[in-house]
Amino acid sequence: MIKKLVSRIRQYRRDTILAPLLVTMEVVMEVIIPLLMANLIDYGINGNDLGYIVRIGLALVACAIISLVFGVGSGRSAARASAGFAANLRKDMYYNVQTFSFSNIDKFSTASIVTRLTTDVTSVQNAFQMFIRTAVRSPIMLIFSLAMAVRIKASLSLIFLVAIPILGGGILLISMKAHPQFRKMFKNFDRLNTVVQENLRGIRVVKAFVREEHEKEKFDEAAEAIRRDSSKAEKILAFNNPLMQFAMYSCILLISWIGARLIVGSEMTTGQLMSLLSYSMQILSSLMMLGMIFVMLTMARASGERIVEILDENTDISDGPKDLMEVKDGSIRFENVEFRYKTAGETVLENINLDIRSGQTVGILGGTGSGKSSLVQLIPRLYDVSAGRVLVGGEDVRDYNVEALRNEVSMVLQKNVLFSGTIKENLRWGNENATDEEIVHACELAQADSFIREFPDGYDTLLDQGGTNVSGGQKQRLCIARALLKSPKILILDDSTSAVDTRTDALIRQAFKDEIPGVTKIIIAQRVASVQDADQIIVLDDGKISAVGDHDTLMKTSTIYREVYESQQKGDNE
Amino acid sequence: MKQAGAQKETLKKVLRYVARHRLLMAGSVLCAALSVACTLYIPVLTGGVVDHILGPGRVDFAAVAAGLLRIGLIAAAGGIAQWLMKDLNNRAAYRVVRDVRADAFAKLSRLPLRYIDGHPAGEVVSRIVADVDQFSDGLLMGFTQLFTGVLTILGTLLFMLAVHPGITLVVVLVTPISLLAAAFIAHRTYSMFKLQSQVRGAQTGFMEEIITGQKVVQAFGQERKTLERFDELNTQLQKASLRAIFFSSITNPTTRFVNSLVYTGVGIVGALTVLSGGLTVGQLSAFLSYANQYTKPFNEISGVVTELQNALACAGRVFELIDEPARTPDAPDAVALNAAQGRVAIDDVCFAYQPERPLIEHFDLRVEPGQRVALVGPTGCGKTTVINLLMRFYDVDSGSIAVDGTDIRRITRQSLRANYGMVLQDTWLKSGTIRENIAFGRPEATPEEVVAAAKAAHAHSFISRLPQGYDTPVGEDGGSLSQGQKQLLCIARVMLHLPPMLILDEATSSIDTRTEMRIQRAFAKMMRGRTSFIVAHRLSTIRDADVILVMRDGHIVEQGDHATLLQKGGFYKELYESQFAGNLPFS
Repeated sequence: MIKKLVSRIRQYRRDTILAPLLVTMEVVMEVIIPLLMANLIDYGINGNDLGYIVRIGLALVACAIISLVFGVGSGRSAARASAGFAANLRKDMYYNVQTFSFSNIDKFSTASIVTRLTTDVTSVQNAFQMFIRTAVRSPIMLIFSLAMAVRIKASLSLIFLVAIPILGGGILLISMKAHPQFRKMFKNFDRLNTVVQENLRGIRVVKAFVREEHEKEKFDEAAEAIRRDSSKAEKILAFNNPLMQFAMYSCILLISWIGARLIVGSEMTTGQLMSLLSYSMQILSSLMMLGMIFVMLTMARASGERIVEILDENTDISDGPKDLMEVKDGSIRFENVEFRYKTAGETVLENINLDIRSGQTVGILGGTGSGKSSLVQLIPRLYDVSAGRVLVGGEDVRDYNVEALRNEVSMVLQKNVLFSGTIKENLRWGNENATDEEIVHACELAQADSFIREFPDGYDTLLDQGGTNVSGGQKQRLCIARALLKSPKILILDDSTSAVDTRTDALIRQAFKDEIPGVTKIIIAQRVASVQDADQIIVLDDGKISAVGDHDTLMKTSTIYREVYESQQKGDNE
Repeated sequence: MKQAGAQKETLKKVLRYVARHRLLMAGSVLCAALSVACTLYIPVLTGGVVDHILGPGRVDFAAVAAGLLRIGLIAAAGGIAQWLMKDLNNRAAYRVVRDVRADAFAKLSRLPLRYIDGHPAGEVVSRIVADVDQFSDGLLMGFTQLFTGVLTILGTLLFMLAVHPGITLVVVLVTPISLLAAAFIAHRTYSMFKLQSQVRGAQTGFMEEIITGQKVVQAFGQERKTLERFDELNTQLQKASLRAIFFSSITNPTTRFVNSLVYTGVGIVGALTVLSGGLTVGQLSAFLSYANQYTKPFNEISGVVTELQNALACAGRVFELIDEPARTPDAPDAVALNAAQGRVAIDDVCFAYQPERPLIEHFDLRVEPGQRVALVGPTGCGKTTVINLLMRFYDVDSGSIAVDGTDIRRITRQSLRANYGMVLQDTWLKSGTIRENIAFGRPEATPEEVVAAAKAAHAHSFISRLPQGYDTPVGEDGGSLSQGQKQLLCIARVMLHLPPMLILDEATSSIDTRTEMRIQRAFAKMMRGRTSFIVAHRLSTIRDADVILVMRDGHIVEQGDHATLLQKGGFYKELYESQFAGNLPFS
């Protein structure tokens, strides 16, 4: 895990190394200052040398300034390294998330991905920064003080040999106990995130059912769980300090006691004992710092694991081995296709065989849950088939470069999504380099131009997130225009005019016929009128093809089709 | 100084939350005092022990043993106090955090919909989750360390005063420089941290939006473009975070520098005093070690201060949300509406989302109990808006809406909404099982009732085919259910709830027409005696309505039943014919 994280430091390696180096220099200065002071007292005062005192005094000030410069320098390097490291992590994660298929995303849930990208990265960043700034400082202090202690009385400093492993073991135990609590805590963060997100999206339904109180309770539960887990984790960590103090004072007591005996035997002087005691303080406080860093790392470990999970996740759908870049034409073939969503296990599509020629218009009808949307989502490879194959332009879709394939297959989804930004920006998703004329033309085809022009800001009108400030039918027409701008070889409309009034719907179909005759058009609809004049109409029933043919044939051969048709025509006969 | 003012405001609010757990805080402060006292007392004891170790053969072992025992006891007491302090403080801090979160979330339900419609969901999530988290980190570290730091400084000052008041004065005089330096940097850090959490919020909002809309992103092959925008935000965050970290990390070296100066100053002044005979060498070295101890807490405090800056900046953003003006509260004399008869009167209502773009103007409507009202018209004519107003998601700009003769602004929102059952075109399912989703409006419903509702909504057959039936978990926003299946579940939800009035906004738009007809029948049975509002494009859905309102540009242009309107030969007829009579040729 650590290796995977560390490899993300990349261009900030220099700063990552520089920071501890500068810290080392800073520490050296800090060590020199008391030594100089000792000289000042020993030689300056005892030698009654005023000049010496002033000289050393100046040297002390110089040391302080140098220490400041190094300190600021290390701060800058550490800041650069940690901010850059975090940015790299977020970037790598997000880039990987962008390649995720939907089953990948379903596995984590959006909320969890977002938490990992934010909260977890922040926690790793903090630990990293702390680590490169203090992880060097404490060992240096430790080594320095230990060396001094050994110089004074090697035999007595053996005590530390016992104390340090005991301390280390204690810290290790504490952090091992705390780690699962932290993991649990982060999981609850995901839950919290989900509740907030869901409530924001479904606020109308929550309010309509007057369920605010219940949702609040659910949120409070998640917040309470976080409180409980962090409290538990911190409670374990709180043992850290007393443990340190216990070790520290045990050492001091032992040193004093043994030291006293040594002094009795004239093996040591009182002054030496004093110095030894002050060095032992320093040794143990450095250890204490190390312990704190360790705790920080424990906390970050849980986050680090969650980050690596995202980094390691391989997308289910990747470019085919042939990596075909060009889609020859808009023909589509389904050969014995079977499909099931990974999560649900149940077969959604079975034994699907279809042959659609380039430029044809194909209508798909079928009951709710009969697999219409699943069928068309296989064409641009939003999902992969479970068995059989789908061919576009004569080649298996799995042989194409994914982007090249999706560029030629334009799809208007059932659930329309617009992104915050202006109308024009949203339309440009279809084609970044579209000229204003092209945009207007696409909107005219989708019957969107007239209402867009009615907005005071026209094409520059700002859409809120999710497009809440346009009506459902307007949204659908914007999405159609967006799909048209791609000038694809295949255009799929997945029940995309359900909220558009019938007249506009007819106008859109007319425009398709006149303006883009060469494009293969697949239209999923509930209204027979929307598909009646298609070259082929596919009737789906419970994941299987029940009938295929044009309107007249189906009226004769398909009971389902006839029933649907008649149910919609009844109004006329009354 | 506006910023400092805002900071003070935030701090005040934080303190108000902390005050709720004052007992825990008091305990924590008490333990902190105890642990500091122990820490300061130990050097004194150590000194006492050393005094008994005078040289070879001159050691009073009994006294040394007694002294060491005392040190051990005090150290143990100090350790316990410290542990207790940390524990109490943790409890208090995490409770404060939980309270703040709960309040922030509770606020969401009191915010006007206008706010929520206008703010990216991810940004709000970032405030409630990430910002509160940062705030909790700061709060945890801050209070204990700040307090122990201050106490240590005071204690050390006392000891120094006892040794030599004159030199102590030097120390005290230099102290403000240290504080000034810290304050100067802290001031800068605050705005950096604030910027950092702002950018973080923006980035979260962006990521949430894109990941939720991933299907569209991939269908349009727009991954690269969203990556560009992501990189941009990521770089912004990196820069903001770099500056925040840098400023906070130079605090320590800076105060340390000032401290070194203090130390040097004491050394030189002390040395000169010794030369002139005012101090012994031993006193000077004792003094120097105190001076060292005195300045250490300053380092710690300055570290804590930057941490607190971050906490405050984040808390500020959370409070921004909590303090956002709530929707107008229910009128004090608002009545609860129990089982409404369903008489709805809309009088001269005007409404606009943006003032410069009036949407509904002088809208009038009378609906008798039990009537079925259909709203038809071209897209964007204001049908959904009427529903927003009926449910009081938005308040009318002028005019009034009354239910059973009472202006809805004089009815509590909760009771008003409880009287409506609503199914929207935009289905919304929450993560949980199918059963939980159907029982959303009536969690106490029995399993039989849930199944009955599902049967009425014609959802039972597909649910039974799912691997775990009614206990199948649905993922975020329905997971792999089809759009039509999601609508069936939403309908089942209302069928179970069965309130006196119904609103169906394109509730069956993704359901095939045969199933729809069956649902219609179920609805017809269910709607008997219930006032209902239906928005639909399918004629089959609206043909049987008692009143059809034909809307255009926020006005009602025609009104009447199906037959009358057809005879009239107006806009309705035009709409109607485009569906059935003359199908435009197609392909």
